[in-house]
Amino acid sequence: MYGFEALTFNIHGGYLEAIVRGHRSGLFTAADYNNLCQCETLDDIKMHLSATEYGPYLQNEPSPLHTTTIVEKCTLKLVDEYKHMLCQATEPLSTFLEYCRYGHMIDNVVLIVTGTLHERDVQELLEKCHPLGMFDSIASLAVAQNMRELYRLVLVDTPLAPYFSECITSEDLDDMNIEIMRNTLYKAYLEDFNRFCQKLGGATAEIMSDLLAFEADRRAVNITINSIGTELTRDDRKKLYSNFGLLYPYGHEELAVCEDLDQVRGVMEKYPPYQSIFSRLSYGESQLLDKAFYEEEVKRLCLAFEQQFHYAVFFAYIRLREQEIRNLMWISECVAQNQKSRVHDSVVFIF
Amino acid sequence: MGEVRGGCCPPMDLFRSEAMQLVQLIIPIESAHVTVSYLGDLGFLQFKDLNSEKSPFQRTYAAQIKKCGDMARKLRFFKEQMDKAGVSPSSKPVTQTDIDMDGLDLKLGELEAELVEMNANNDKLQRTYNELIEYKLVLLKAGEFFSSALSSATAQQREIESHQVGEESLDTPLLADQEISTDSSKQVKLGFLTGLVPKEKSLAFERIIFRATRGNVFIRQSAIEVPVIDPISGEKIEKNVFVVFYSGERAKTKILKICEAFGANRYPFTEDLGKQNQIIDEVSGKVSELKTTIDAGLLHRSNLLQTIGDQFVQWNSLVRKEKSICHTLNMLSLDVTKKCLVAEGWSPVFASKQIQEALQRAAFDSSSQVGAIFQVLHTKESPPTYFRTNIFTTAFQEIVDAYGVARYQEANPGVYTIVTFPFLFAVMFGDWGHGICLLLTTLVFIIRENKLSGQKLGDITEMTFGGRYVILLMALFSIYTGLIYNEFFSVPFELFGHSAYACRDLSCRDATTDGLIKVGPTYPFGVDPVWHGTRSELPFLNSLKMKMSILLGVAQMNLGIILSFFNAVYFRNGLNIWFQFIPQMIFLNSLFGYLSLLIIVKWATGSQADLYHVMIYMFLSPTDELGENQLFAGQKMVQQVLLLLALVSVPWMLLPKPFLMKKQHEDRHLGQSYTPLQSTEESLQVEVNHDSHGHEEFEFSEVFVHQLIHTIEFVLGAVSNTASYLRLWALRHLIHPVGLIMCFILSLSFCSLAHSELSSVFYEKVLLLAWGFNNVIILIVGIIIFIFATIGVLLVMETLSAFLHALRLHWVEFQNKFYEGDGYRFYPFSFALLSDEDE
Repeated sequence: MYGFEALTFNIHGGYLEAIVRGHRSGLFTAADYNNLCQCETLDDIKMHLSATEYGPYLQNEPSPLHTTTIVEKCTLKLVDEYKHMLCQATEPLSTFLEYCRYGHMIDNVVLIVTGTLHERDVQELLEKCHPLGMFDSIASLAVAQNMRELYRLVLVDTPLAPYFSECITSEDLDDMNIEIMRNTLYKAYLEDFNRFCQKLGGATAEIMSDLLAFEADRRAVNITINSIGTELTRDDRKKLYSNFGLLYPYGHEELAVCEDLDQVRGVMEKYPPYQSIFSRLSYGESQLLDKAFYEEEVKRLCLAFEQQFHYAVFFAYIRLREQEIRNLMWISECVAQNQKSRVHDSVVFIF
Repeated sequence: MGEVRGGCCPPMDLFRSEAMQLVQLIIPIESAHVTVSYLGDLGFLQFKDLNSEKSPFQRTYAAQIKKCGDMARKLRFFKEQMDKAGVSPSSKPVTQTDIDMDGLDLKLGELEAELVEMNANNDKLQRTYNELIEYKLVLLKAGEFFSSALSSATAQQREIESHQVGEESLDTPLLADQEISTDSSKQVKLGFLTGLVPKEKSLAFERIIFRATRGNVFIRQSAIEVPVIDPISGEKIEKNVFVVFYSGERAKTKILKICEAFGANRYPFTEDLGKQNQIIDEVSGKVSELKTTIDAGLLHRSNLLQTIGDQFVQWNSLVRKEKSICHTLNMLSLDVTKKCLVAEGWSPVFASKQIQEALQRAAFDSSSQVGAIFQVLHTKESPPTYFRTNIFTTAFQEIVDAYGVARYQEANPGVYTIVTFPFLFAVMFGDWGHGICLLLTTLVFIIRENKLSGQKLGDITEMTFGGRYVILLMALFSIYTGLIYNEFFSVPFELFGHSAYACRDLSCRDATTDGLIKVGPTYPFGVDPVWHGTRSELPFLNSLKMKMSILLGVAQMNLGIILSFFNAVYFRNGLNIWFQFIPQMIFLNSLFGYLSLLIIVKWATGSQADLYHVMIYMFLSPTDELGENQLFAGQKMVQQVLLLLALVSVPWMLLPKPFLMKKQHEDRHLGQSYTPLQSTEESLQVEVNHDSHGHEEFEFSEVFVHQLIHTIEFVLGAVSNTASYLRLWALRHLIHPVGLIMCFILSLSFCSLAHSELSSVFYEKVLLLAWGFNNVIILIVGIIIFIFATIGVLLVMETLSAFLHALRLHWVEFQNKFYEGDGYRFYPFSFALLSDEDE
């Protein structure tokens, strides 16, 4: 439903929308990627980055650089921008921005729990966490032995608590459980986020429902592919799919029974938006699927900037910046390991 | 190119921008660095980027730039450390010791390593020190807690005992039994942990421990009053000392994990009271021991930083210079043989000798076998605009440049702006009292110029300081116009003798001019003070100032058009003279020049003619008789001729120029096909290099539309610009927004306020009103209000608004007559400019 949002949006959202659009124009262009891909050493990359918005974040790093430093500093920039926007935001934008980071929270929870399971040092794990998904008592996750404890001890204080209602079991944690937990949480999160966006209405609802539906569908496909050949039952698998999106409900039923990649492909090709993704892959190939999905996502995220007076730009910007950092990481890794021929394998051009 | 054109006029520094030339330098690679460095000292060459298609790290000197970046990083590190330690880099003149870049790099690296190691050691010591301090605090706080618990427990015990003694009854055995059972439960070993937890996390900490152990713990916390330094992060945090009692090993591991997760530091604690004291003593001893070690380390470190600080400024400028040299070198293209670098750039013609000298010096100093080659290239590219300004003219040139940088060698309005700008400002601002205030302010800036120019000023102060000479002239002119208007804080003074008028008898006190008769000679300078406060003051001054505004405006616009004539002559553009300058002069002067003439004639003859009427009916019915509005014989005839001329000049401006341009263009092309090709090889090469867009497309319709727009703009502009000059009067005599507000505040019933009006309002309504009460306090309050109103509203805000209007009159009304303003500024590669840019 379109209201008079164009009339009133700028009262609270105008400043931040301008900010986020300004940030967006700082994203790398194809020319930047071209230059980056030609770099010979990490110092070259640093030199190129010093002319971009990342410059101030990298300028005080001593010379033998590591990929992790670059990525860390670039992420720091995103986090700083996010925090600035969050500080300036009023309701309901602040809630919207909070929603944008729940995904990272889930990932961090899973990372810590898996890490403790494999007896890794908590401090080391904490360093690996995405800074956007940090919350106060994240370190004490290591104490928990099973889901119930996890919930009762720590997560009950976090915004993730409501999502846990479906996966509280007293079983001990193991890899499988954790993975199921991640997907259940993610499902609940996506559904909740979608509900929230629908409540906001207007262009936000319209664009976000498209973006979130794509996210849900991509997760559904990934769950299916990853669970092929595991002991996950069909019903359990189907339980992990989010209850919205283009594939819901009929696609889900078909995906639930898939036994190999080609069957997944068969299901997906019935949906025109995904047909193009799958038609580019040859049969039996799943490595390039991730990249294809990323490319499609980036395309949709960029489209979000075509409309004004809505919140999806914030979501899109954060996602695009993350993609850019992923690209940067890939390029840096390729440069660091002298694999320059593979540089283009995983870089997703944004513009 | 410049010297060929400049033949017709005497050289005028500021009127035409410096003649520029495109020069090519071929520098042997071994002397390139020295050469560029000398050129940077000279600061007369703007290098062109010949490698613009290459990305930064593909260029020749990328490695050096990287190295400079690294050195800059080290210097920033030193700076940060110095700031932390409170050592300021000494600003004393540095001893010019010659250090080469490699040596400096090495030295910086060593210093950095030393400093980093020192910091690491220091951090380690500091950490142990902080840990000990925390330990001591825990011991004290927990000891307090234990002792208080002990005393309360014994008190309880005593109470129970006294109870028992006092009341020996039947159920005493039962109670004893109970006591035994509780005793047995105490047999379970209770463990406890003590430590420190950050205050803001303490609640969550307690909650999580409670949840994790299902409530089977006992936690006591007490806050430490002063924030302690956390050993790990090294920051000052408020912390709580906690004691946790638990039972069982499982609970212990859980609590340990939680402690770790919350960053709570644990410390051992003994229950034995004697041992406690012993430990406290031990810890205190260690603390004082560590303190001396740390102090010694700090002293050493600050000594090191001091030595760095002594040379910091020199190093910093050295590194910055080196970096800029490398950036410049990167703009040069490498010759095919890789033996020399080719540079291209703009330089002023007068500097070519200096440049050549610098090149020779560089070749000599770098003991290179071949000197650099300096040659002038011919190009059709438009050179950059470069004015050599001094401390006085810079601000005025900035006013012009803010609108647009002059096209190469076009007439620079900046020359005239130096006088006309402050003058037009003063016409609006004129009050010699305010002028003197302004003069004093700006004199403060000018006298303390040397001191102030070095330091960082606030935003507004900086702006005022930059324009101090503009303000100086504005103040002087304001005093002059203020004397003419005869206003001193809106009070008239009889400075130049007595008023020419006096009352005929006593009945003329009612503020009119009716009863006045002329008794003496005309007041020699400015407005007769007798006008002030009379009922006819406004009509008289309005008429005077409006007419004056029009005279000034027409004069300035004529100047603008005449400048376009100078431009046309200078650029040998006959079309612009015959079909632009002449009809424009005719059009403007036949209408508004004539009006000016009428104004002067009216003043001179004292005629009662209505000039509005004359001007309007000159258009509406040129054949009518003028009647009483006739100012001189034959006026009707003159008007008809002028009108005719004005009408003719419009198509004159519009039509011939585009057609003639078309013809010229065709002729040029026709001629070109028959001229022999230019013979010398060099010029051919140059053609190829620099003449990529030699002959631009000629689109007749575009040119025609352009001319149409230009004509319409001028014709309408002549009217609207003249009207626009009325702001010179209006700013003094129209209702002013600020005036309105002040008006409201002072609850005046009517006001017609502008500068002079406002100031008279302040003077009369505040100062004189306050005077009237004959009360010291009211008088003081009145004076304070008067002073603040004068400074705030009149001096600051009115200055700003008059400034803005003067600016507009220059940018729009004056400069649109001739000024293209589409040039680009000359940015030479210069070390002197470099230091300004950063920071």
